[in-house]
Amino acid sequence: MSERILMDEWAIARMLTRLAHELVEHNKGTEDLCVIGIRRRGEFVARRIAALVKKLYGADLPCAGIDIGMYRDDLVSGFFVPDASVNDLGFSVDGKRVVLCDDVLHTGRSVRAAIEAIFDLGRPARIELLVLCDRGGRELPVSPDLVGKNIPTSHREWLDLRLREIEGADSLGIRSEH
Amino acid sequence: MLGKDLLGLYDTSAEDIVAILDTAVGMKKLLTQNLKKLPHLQGRTVTTLFYENSTRTRCSFELAAKYLGAGTVNISASSSSVQKGETLIDTGYTLDAMKNDVIVMRHPMGGAPHILAKHVRASVVNGGDGMNEHPTQALLDFYTMREKFGGFKGLKVAILGDIKHSRVAKSNLFGLTKLGAEVSMYAPATLMPQGIGQLGAKVASSREEALAGANVVMGLRIQLERMHGGLFPSLSEYNRYYGLSEEHLRYADPDCIVMHPGPVNRGVEFTSDVIDAPNSKITEQVLNGVAVRMALLFLLVKNRQEGEKNA
Repeated sequence: MSERILMDEWAIARMLTRLAHELVEHNKGTEDLCVIGIRRRGEFVARRIAALVKKLYGADLPCAGIDIGMYRDDLVSGFFVPDASVNDLGFSVDGKRVVLCDDVLHTGRSVRAAIEAIFDLGRPARIELLVLCDRGGRELPVSPDLVGKNIPTSHREWLDLRLREIEGADSLGIRSEH
Repeated sequence: MLGKDLLGLYDTSAEDIVAILDTAVGMKKLLTQNLKKLPHLQGRTVTTLFYENSTRTRCSFELAAKYLGAGTVNISASSSSVQKGETLIDTGYTLDAMKNDVIVMRHPMGGAPHILAKHVRASVVNGGDGMNEHPTQALLDFYTMREKFGGFKGLKVAILGDIKHSRVAKSNLFGLTKLGAEVSMYAPATLMPQGIGQLGAKVASSREEALAGANVVMGLRIQLERMHGGLFPSLSEYNRYYGLSEEHLRYADPDCIVMHPGPVNRGVEFTSDVIDAPNSKITEQVLNGVAVRMALLFLLVKNRQEGEKNA
């Protein structure tokens, strides 16, 4: 299996900065915004975005990770016990504009689960979706509002987004079977 | 793997016991976070059919079923057609016809769940049959021991109390010997069943001998409801010669845990200082009971589902 690097640490930094600007532009400010990342990698994306908004616009956005273990759609079909943890964001989502963040968007199933998890915690005014990479292959009617990079892939290709919080350095690679 | 029913640990393999305990780890992790809304038994029905009184076992099974999304029905013999003379097998046919998936049964006669299991399509779980077995209580005891000690090899378990009438003692003995633990037992001669030594128990001749180096000290309730005729003179005398206080625990391993299947007769099997000591797991056992029963129902239904797919 061969891997090709699509983005290095600087390219990812530029992409995140652009996404932070786009997010504020798209929402015409930062009022009532909060950032929620899908655990585990999406949470780090959310924290990076929140830190950039703070740095660029001086706004402190409430930010948290959300666990979707209890909301997965394959619990019964796969018949397994989820390794889930309870969701406690530390802030209310009622009436908020939630920016849901994840690293790679593929089938859309995690996003569906996350939306359900958020609605169990309250009723946001709206939810938008921010992803670093969209690799296509949707199985649900989910569409992102803010995309870092579109990378159409076949089902035999995989994206590896490495983050400095987990792997020690940022990079985006693509692997294929052949 | 685990079959249609769980009737006793006498004929359950060590692998199946470990599989249930492993599944219970995930269940407990969710329970301790108050996450109790799993979907795995949605559309299934779990019926508790109790011909004997119970609070904790019945409540524990009912909650376990509810936390997995099942519908639950409770039948007590005192308020059912049993009073009109319906036989156990006919009751089984009736429950089966109503499409029950799991029947949890408690009965004063040993072997009653085995008869029911032969005649119904539903999975039957033994919730205690006479003086025979109480497999889910033993499973939760194993879970509690494994959580503390990590395994069973060479673990010394001392069981004291009314061994004769106790189904908990028998299920513990059958399971623990399979898992590689050593079981010593101590009771008044009138409450020690004959031949228990052949089943793998070490019958001690004193409290001190039973407790020597024990990692687990388990007390059993004196079952006055099953005693006809004076098997011992009085509860206070029982406590003096067979009950345990902090002082007796000095014979056990310093890192030992104290367990009891409940309900506890304070001042009979154990003094209050033993029951309320930090190494007492009696309350923890109750939580573990829900986790273990969730795991058991989960695995039984998983088997059924796989069977239905292949059919």
